[in-house]
Amino acid sequence: MATAEEIAKAADRRDVRNRWYLSAPALLTIFFAAVGPLAIVLVYSFLTPGSYGDVKWQFSPEAWVSVLFERDIFDDTLSLAGAHISIFWRSVKLAIITTLITLALGFPTAYFMATRSEKTRDLWLFLITIPFWTNLLIRTFAVLQIIRNEGIVNTVLMKLGIISAPIQILYTDVAILIGMAYVYLPLMVLPVYASMEKLDFRLVEAGYDLYASRWQVLRRIIFPLVKPGVIAGSILVFIPAIGAYVTPSVLGGGKNMMLSNLIELQFGQGRNWPLGSALSITVMLIVMVALLVYVRNAGSKEMRHG
Amino acid sequence: MAKSFSIRHQPGFTTIAAVCFVALYMPIIVLVVYAFNEAPSTSEWGGFSLKWFQSASQNAQVIDATLRSFQIAAIAATLATIAATMAALATTRTPPYPGLTFKYAMINQPLMVPEIVTGVALLIFFSRIKIFTGYSGLGYLIAAHTAFCIPFAYLPIRARLENMDLSLERAAADLYATPWQAFRRVTLPLLWPGILAGLMLAFVISLDDVVITEFVKSGGQDTLPTYMLGQIRRGITPEINAISTAFLLLSVVIVTLFFFVSRKRD
Repeated sequence: MATAEEIAKAADRRDVRNRWYLSAPALLTIFFAAVGPLAIVLVYSFLTPGSYGDVKWQFSPEAWVSVLFERDIFDDTLSLAGAHISIFWRSVKLAIITTLITLALGFPTAYFMATRSEKTRDLWLFLITIPFWTNLLIRTFAVLQIIRNEGIVNTVLMKLGIISAPIQILYTDVAILIGMAYVYLPLMVLPVYASMEKLDFRLVEAGYDLYASRWQVLRRIIFPLVKPGVIAGSILVFIPAIGAYVTPSVLGGGKNMMLSNLIELQFGQGRNWPLGSALSITVMLIVMVALLVYVRNAGSKEMRHG
Repeated sequence: MAKSFSIRHQPGFTTIAAVCFVALYMPIIVLVVYAFNEAPSTSEWGGFSLKWFQSASQNAQVIDATLRSFQIAAIAATLATIAATMAALATTRTPPYPGLTFKYAMINQPLMVPEIVTGVALLIFFSRIKIFTGYSGLGYLIAAHTAFCIPFAYLPIRARLENMDLSLERAAADLYATPWQAFRRVTLPLLWPGILAGLMLAFVISLDDVVITEFVKSGGQDTLPTYMLGQIRRGITPEINAISTAFLLLSVVIVTLFFFVSRKRD
């Protein structure tokens, strides 16, 4: 005879097993069409490029070497690959500046939204949500039309007589920056707003009662309280910005490449799949470092409260 | 004191917010306005005209790409929503069990990896399968879209489930409902707004995708976004504005629906 305890345990086990069956379709789909193939990228990064794309199944660390170095074709000496390093540097730099711009604009915007009355708040939230769910390519295309030489910015400035010839913004790093700040701004506003909405304004009032200035209240009370939202927003902007593909290909032209354009090149004209794979893994690593920083910050935050 | 002291005020914040909202909408409005331009230019205004909408709707490539986009989005969003609903049922309203954290990590994984990396990974993986099986249909795109739609469909469904307690299902079981009857008659109707919201999110996400599609597609499998990317790279005509405007309208409709469905209290 099974005891009551045994019966309960068996029921629990059955429940857990059923829960595995239920989640199997989602887990298997993600494994086969998202996670699993990442392992193949790692393998490919250690193989030899084939002559017409793809790879030869022959081990070679060459791809990883050429992520940062160039081999001289005559004497086989290694030197730093200037082109790759400048693309790395540009990607990291543009991603960081984009994060800072979206923070500088998004923080006050979220604050403004959170201090509206309960009713109008939903409307402002809706106005931020619409661009958020609008096709990224279309938004990038909209920016392209604004900033190109015949675009509205240059036309208005010339009509006003401020400039005599159009300023070349398109196909520069500035264009990529404007585009990325524009498309990723909602990704910063939404999490900051989520934190800001929960802000207890009695604490702000207490600060003023104790003779704090506006700036002190902002820096010492509001900012620390919404910091989790700021960190989440920064991560949400930084990750897509470092791997941005659409914005640099549309606004940067062919010259101002970012990492994703360099990767694409290896699978197209470059015909160097191992190098493309190694570069992809490198982007992954940069993102993982950013996520680790996030987890550590979010974790220490919780401990301080607990 | 002439002005009353507001504790909510921060100098300059309202101005910056106003600039942000104007800057967010201005380019989109300009884009829409020039879709109705008579002149074949996106900078000079030549009078109102619908001719670019007409030419876009008669362009065989555009029709082809649009149909393909909808086909992929409809199938992928449906599959992703079914899988996400099952996964949400399996991962909520339970004491922690071994593997639960693994499931969360796995389901959210597509959100953590940059699209370009997933695109490259799938390009390599699917090109192997193509050589092996000889199949080169839309199945690859549908599989890829389903995978990255699952976390988006999962979010609202899980949020909805977490606000439902088990008492109604227990009551159903007390009244001799089979587990399937309880699910069909109790859980599913209550969960429906979450499922609908998840389906709409997944649909929009699939429809919008450029990067992964660009890497996974075989020749002649352009979706509307990849077709547009190709056109924009070649030079722009108001026809792209017209297509964008139609696309925008669709997104706004879906987002508005989503907003109301997910905000609806029961």
